[in-house]
Parts: sequence; structure tokens; C-alpha cells
Amino acid sequence: MNKIEKQRYILDFTLSSLLRRKGRNAALVLVYTFIVFLPASVMFFTHAVKREAALVLADAPEIIVQRIVAGRQALVPASYADRIKTIRGVNAVRGRLWGYYFDPVFGGANYTLVVPEYYPYDDGTIAVGSGVAGNSGSGEDNLLVFKAHDGSLKTLRIREVLSSESELVSADLVLMSQHDFRRLFGIQPAYVTDLTVAVRNPAEYVTIADKIAKLLPDTRPIIRDEILRTYDAVFNWRGGILLVVLAGSVAAFVIFAWDRAAGLSAEEKKELGILKAVGWETSDVLMMKLWEGAVISLTAFLTGVLLAYAHVFFGSASLFEPVLKGWSVLYPDIRLTPFVSAPDVAVLFFITVIPYTVATIIPSWRAATIDPDSVMRS
Amino acid sequence: MIEINNIRKVYNAGVHNEYVALDGVSCSLEAGKVTVFKGPSGSGKTTLLSVLGCMARPTSGRIVLSGRDITSLPERFRTDVRRRTFGFIFQQFNLIKGITALENVMLPAYPFGERRASLEKRALLLFELFSITRRAREKAELLSGGEIQRAAIARALINDPKAIIADEPTAHLDSSLSRDFMELVGRLKQEGKTAIIASHDPIVYESGVVDRVISMRDGRIE
Repeated sequence: MNKIEKQRYILDFTLSSLLRRKGRNAALVLVYTFIVFLPASVMFFTHAVKREAALVLADAPEIIVQRIVAGRQALVPASYADRIKTIRGVNAVRGRLWGYYFDPVFGGANYTLVVPEYYPYDDGTIAVGSGVAGNSGSGEDNLLVFKAHDGSLKTLRIREVLSSESELVSADLVLMSQHDFRRLFGIQPAYVTDLTVAVRNPAEYVTIADKIAKLLPDTRPIIRDEILRTYDAVFNWRGGILLVVLAGSVAAFVIFAWDRAAGLSAEEKKELGILKAVGWETSDVLMMKLWEGAVISLTAFLTGVLLAYAHVFFGSASLFEPVLKGWSVLYPDIRLTPFVSAPDVAVLFFITVIPYTVATIIPSWRAATIDPDSVMRS
Repeated sequence: MIEINNIRKVYNAGVHNEYVALDGVSCSLEAGKVTVFKGPSGSGKTTLLSVLGCMARPTSGRIVLSGRDITSLPERFRTDVRRRTFGFIFQQFNLIKGITALENVMLPAYPFGERRASLEKRALLLFELFSITRRAREKAELLSGGEIQRAAIARALINDPKAIIADEPTAHLDSSLSRDFMELVGRLKQEGKTAIIASHDPIVYESGVVDRVISMRDGRIE
């Protein structure tokens, strides 16, 4: 006996059976696909965002020093930089100027305003991220009006629209000169937003951070790895919340699958009876049912994953945007860099395909053990 | 060839709707002959064919096939005996709709895993034998009554069984097709096949090809 040929016959027959009841099976595949699509979207999104964050932070300084006054972040005296430089192991200290700007004119969006270490353009100009340009409907050489801290209006000319491999970083970014920044927010030259500290030996990050905290008790040193961990936690939590909600729909699907597999139509029962009567063994019919499950599962799984991929990476995860991003106004048109990890897809496979298989195995066994003489009595 | 010893078959034993379908049936069926079990509905003909064809187990009694007791064989072995020894023709022929006549005929041979080309060749030979070759690749539901009947017989013969079991094969056929059927049975008999038929149709049990008629009533042989 040729076992491969036998399996081919059974698979052929299974496929033709599925096609003969295409209406019913299409409904099942549709629901199943949707069940795969939901967690796949959440998974793709959270992982892509976490990866974006990691990309961003790869270039971030090892230690950031903030000043805390009454539990809130405050401006840091620029002179703190000189005091930190005295700590052994510190390579360089730089004051940074950055902040947020709420734009009430164009859709109430928040922009991130940053003074880069080296700003190549003149005062009175800015370089903006694609999100800012898109949101305000402006491009190079257009003017953007900002409301300064004293209520006066400040007009800045766009010199460049930034393109970046990671839109998450650049979308809401506005780069400007130190002079313009200080004028806009009314920050005195003696102050900066925070300090970045470069350290020679990575093993000493924690020690240096401790020394800074002791030397300047009103500061809070933040190590880069801590930020990464926070990002991970935030998106794991958001993804987790959605997955918990989705668990309900997976459970409903399992009940649906059970019901569908258990509720054989009279025609299906008769067909199985005929197969048994003409000489198919219980194991052959069971194999047929397993093939049926495999075909349905794989079709739904692949379709669901592909749809989720398109949804997240081409459609900006529009279905989950409010929950997962948390600040949807900020990034009106974010497009994530596609990233899929094999272990994630494997996990997805286990949380969707295995419940279906388990739910249908007993009904399949019942169908396979149908009495061959049922066809004689019908 | 087949010895039936004191077969009893009870459905729903011990329950209020207990039903005795066969009540101590004994007989022996010769190889290469055509035997017809006749009797009214409910006389136990179909149940007897099911038990004979290893589709159902008797409640008590023994069935001996070519000297081998097949009554208490495990399910797998009974299936093997069933597909190698018997070809079944059902009352409504029971071709599976939605697949071709050819696929229907090949179905009983699938578990053997024979190469498709050779299996298809054997099946087409049967179509030729029954003069329905041009309908082989038609969907089963598009065949006429006579073509369905012939395809069903071809399916029963695909594994080259020693015996054909037919349950009321002419119940849904007109007189002309019923006579055609008995003619085909005659041809099978000439080829050395055993035929066991349950029928209460005179065209069947009065046919010249029948060697023996056994009357049944109330689950017993009269």
C-alpha cells in the first residue's frame, strides 16, 4: 500500500468536500480569519512600535539628567553641566533644549520642539517632520506661526521637511535654533531643559548615575535602558489589555467551531456512512476530518496574518489606533516599519489554531465513528 | 461460503423501545450463486445484509466466511474483510453528489493507496463494461437513473470483491431498468461472483438468474 498516495486521495476528497459545501465553510473561514486578524494586528503593532522605540533610543544618550522641583520636572541650570563633568568617568555633558508645543490652529496637535546639537540653518527658520508638514498643510519655504510664551506671534520659515527611517520619531518634530527656542518659550540662557551625559565605560552607567544624584540631590538621572524598559512595559500593557478583550472573541469562536463540527448535516452524515460502508476505516475518516481542519486553519491563519500585516503596516492599524497609540492626534499618519518575528507568529498560531483543533477533535471523532450500517438504514 | 448460525440482532436492548430485528436466523449461502432474501418491509432483510457484510455486529450468533469466524473480529479487521470481500449496492445507490461518477467508483479503493493512473484505468474498464464511459466524468447528480444504477454497480466491483450485497436494488427503478439490473447480476454470476440480494420485487426474485430465494418474516426465515 502506498501511504502517500492514500493521503493524497484523502486530501483530494477532503478538498472536494469542502468545495461542495463552500457557503458553510466560507462562513467558518471568514469568522476564523477575523479571529486570527485581531490578535495578529495587536501583536504586529505592539512589536513594531517597541522596535521603533528601540531604534530611536539606540542613538539616545546613555544618561539623561533632569531636575525635579516639588516632584515635577523643572529647567536645569546650565552650570550643573560643569559640576557633572568633575565626576570621574564622565566623557561629556551637554545641555539640551526641547519641549512640546500645542498647536490650536491645525487640529489641536502637539509638536515636539527640539534644538539640535548642530542646527544648519539661520535663526527664524525651522525643519519639520512629515507629520507636522502634513497636519499644517505646509511645505518647504512656507511660514508657520507659533504663539510665544508672552502671547506674541512668531513666524518661522520651513527650510526642510525631515524624512526619517522611523516616522515615529520625526513625524511631530520641529527643529529650530537655540535663539528661536529661547524666545518662543522665554527660557533664560542660564537654563536648559535637561542634560545628556556621555560615559566612557558602559559598566559604570549605574555608578555614575548614583554619583550625579548624590552630587546634585535635586536631579533625576535616567539611564537609557530604563527608558527602553518603560516603553516595553507600556506597549506590553496596552497589547495585553487588547488581547484580554480578544480572548472573549476567541472563546466565542471555539464554541462556534465546536458547534459547527458537532452539528453535521444529514447529508454529511450520509456521506460519512457511505464512505464507511464502502470500506473506509474510522482512521481514514478521522484523517479526512484532520485534513479538513488543517485546510481551514491554514487558510484562515495565513489570510488573517496577511490582512493584519496590511492593516498594521499599510493601513496604520486604524482599527486599534486609539487604544494602542494612546495619543492619536499626535501622529495623524504614522506608518510603521514592517517587522515580524517568527516566534510571535508561532505564538499566534498556537493561540488561534490549537483552540480550533482541540474544539473540533471530539466532534470529528464522533463523525468518524459513525456506524457504516447507518447508510443501509437511511 | 457463508455460514449464518443462529443470528440474533436486537436494537435498543433493555430499553422500552427494544426491537428484535433478527431472531435466530440460520442458513448457508453458496459461493458463485445468486441468493435473494424476500419478505415484507420490517422482515429483517436489510439488517441481515448489514450483519453479513460486516457493517453491524449481531447481538448473538456466528457468521463464518470461508471457514473463518468473522463475528467477533475487531473493527479494523472487519473493515478489511468488508472492503476485500463485499461490494455494496444500496437501495438508493448512494452515489456522493458533487463529485464525478468516476470518483464515486474509485472511492472504495482509496484506502488501498493504489497509484491513481492504474486505479483510474481499472475504474474506466468498469465504465466500459457497463457502457457508460462517456458519462464517467459527469457529476453524479447529472446521471440518469440507469446510469446511476450502473455506476453504483461499478463502485461495488472496483475492489474486485468475491460477493455483491444489494439491498432493494430495484426499489427506485422502473421495470425495464430492474430487468437490466438482473441481467447485470447474471453477468456477474457468470464471472463467478456471489450475489446476495434483499428484495420484495418479483422482477428480482422470479428472475431466471436467481438460484435460491429465502423468505423472511418478523426477523425469521420462513
